Amino acid sequence: MERAEIESKLTDLLVDELGLERDKIAMDATFEEDLEVDSLGVVELLMALEDNFGVKIPDEEAEQIQTVGQAVDLVEQKLDS
Amino acid sequence: MQNRRVVVTGLGTVSSLGATIEPFWKNVQAGTSGISRIESIDVSDMATQIGGEIKDFDIEEFMPKRQSRRMDRYDQLFWVASKRALDDAGLEYEEDDPTAYRAGVLVGTGIGGVETFEDQFYVLFNEGPRRLSPFGITKIISNMAGGMVSIDFNLFGPNSCVVTACAASANAIGDAAAIIARGAADVMVAGGAEAPLTRFAVGGFGQARAMSTRNDDPQGASRPFDADRDGFVMAEGAAVLILEEREHAIARGATIHAEFLGYGMAADGYHITLPRPGGAGAAAAMTAALTDAELDSVDYINAHGTSTQANDVTETLAIKTVFGERAGDIPISSSKSMTGHMLGAAGAIESLVCILTIRDGVIAPTINYTTPDPECDLDYVPNEAREVTVNTAMTNSFGFGGHNVSLIWGRP
Repeated sequence: MERAEIESKLTDLLVDELGLERDKIAMDATFEEDLEVDSLGVVELLMALEDNFGVKIPDEEAEQIQTVGQAVDLVEQKLDS
Repeated sequence: MQNRRVVVTGLGTVSSLGATIEPFWKNVQAGTSGISRIESIDVSDMATQIGGEIKDFDIEEFMPKRQSRRMDRYDQLFWVASKRALDDAGLEYEEDDPTAYRAGVLVGTGIGGVETFEDQFYVLFNEGPRRLSPFGITKIISNMAGGMVSIDFNLFGPNSCVVTACAASANAIGDAAAIIARGAADVMVAGGAEAPLTRFAVGGFGQARAMSTRNDDPQGASRPFDADRDGFVMAEGAAVLILEEREHAIARGATIHAEFLGYGMAADGYHITLPRPGGAGAAAAMTAALTDAELDSVDYINAHGTSTQANDVTETLAIKTVFGERAGDIPISSSKSMTGHMLGAAGAIESLVCILTIRDGVIAPTINYTTPDPECDLDYVPNEAREVTVNTAMTNSFGFGGHNVSLIWGRP
């Protein structure tokens, strides 16, 4: 999967699954501060990533994700490996 | 301990009989039924296929999806009724308002977030614990409706939840009034909500043999005190009252709809679902409410009147026990004949009916009353609303577990 495709699919997920506003989503946006996603929302995001990209994300790797771009990196890395 | 007077300054509801207070009250006075075939779930294999279902409820009119998806339908109904009641009362609190610590919430419900409970157990059994929603627990727990209202409307005073089956919101209102009376708050958002039209709840109450199976005649199914009644008809909905300390309400020039006069409760101590024959527990609750209100009678009783065989006979006996020879002179009606039974929200919606009855001098009818039951021989205001001045009104709520609650409302 191309990186652009991952970005676009992830953006759709954030809008559809987490109910975020599309125009606030940028690759350098932080989940906690910019997008106001709380700890429960992060769990929901991880489940959505696993479901939609068919990847497994261990909790310790999930904890490293702070920005939308980092989530894309992680998914890309998982899909490549 | 103080004993301050408590009044009602705001009313809010969501029900299958009208999105807001005035259409709801107009429908109740007209004897309109809010019962229909249940469409939101598959009921094809159920004994009962009818209920009071709100067909046009759209939470996204009130909040973004991001917020609403964290709420069970139960929480959503309570939130909307609370907002309407606060708006009606003209009350709004900012986060830095010190008086927000004098305003609280008390919610009552029978089964809380049962839809989420059902969905999440399906996920657990079929997909395993790693697939459970992080919002599963917060959407199930009954107190969350009050928690969410306190978060969104900045209500930082007493906040609690009562779970006493079909008596729950009557308890919530009584307890909230007591909190104000003793001086622990000046304003309480008090009421109840229920969202029980799920396969588990409809199926489960069906197995408890408590519900009407008159599926071919939804609007005729809830027929309290009628000889041909065959069980209650379940409904979803919410009702919320703004209770306020009287001087506080007067000082801010609020419209006062009614005064809270009395609260009584008693336990049957008899059976998990059946009322104690003879109705001693129900009678004790009514007597306690009259004592609390310092009254010996009332002008109107909004009955629990569920349309089950057992309740309607027992409640009739209990009313006779309490009021003696005067029982036949008191108009009694069951608005459940129109709304269906909102379980934990029943006491709140029926308090609302009592308050509007006092305000407008119109007693809601008991509809579908066609064949008198020799064991139910009081004045049930059959089929047609009645214009009469009502200064005091009692509402009864009885719940599985033997919880009996009576509230009394008066002209302000």
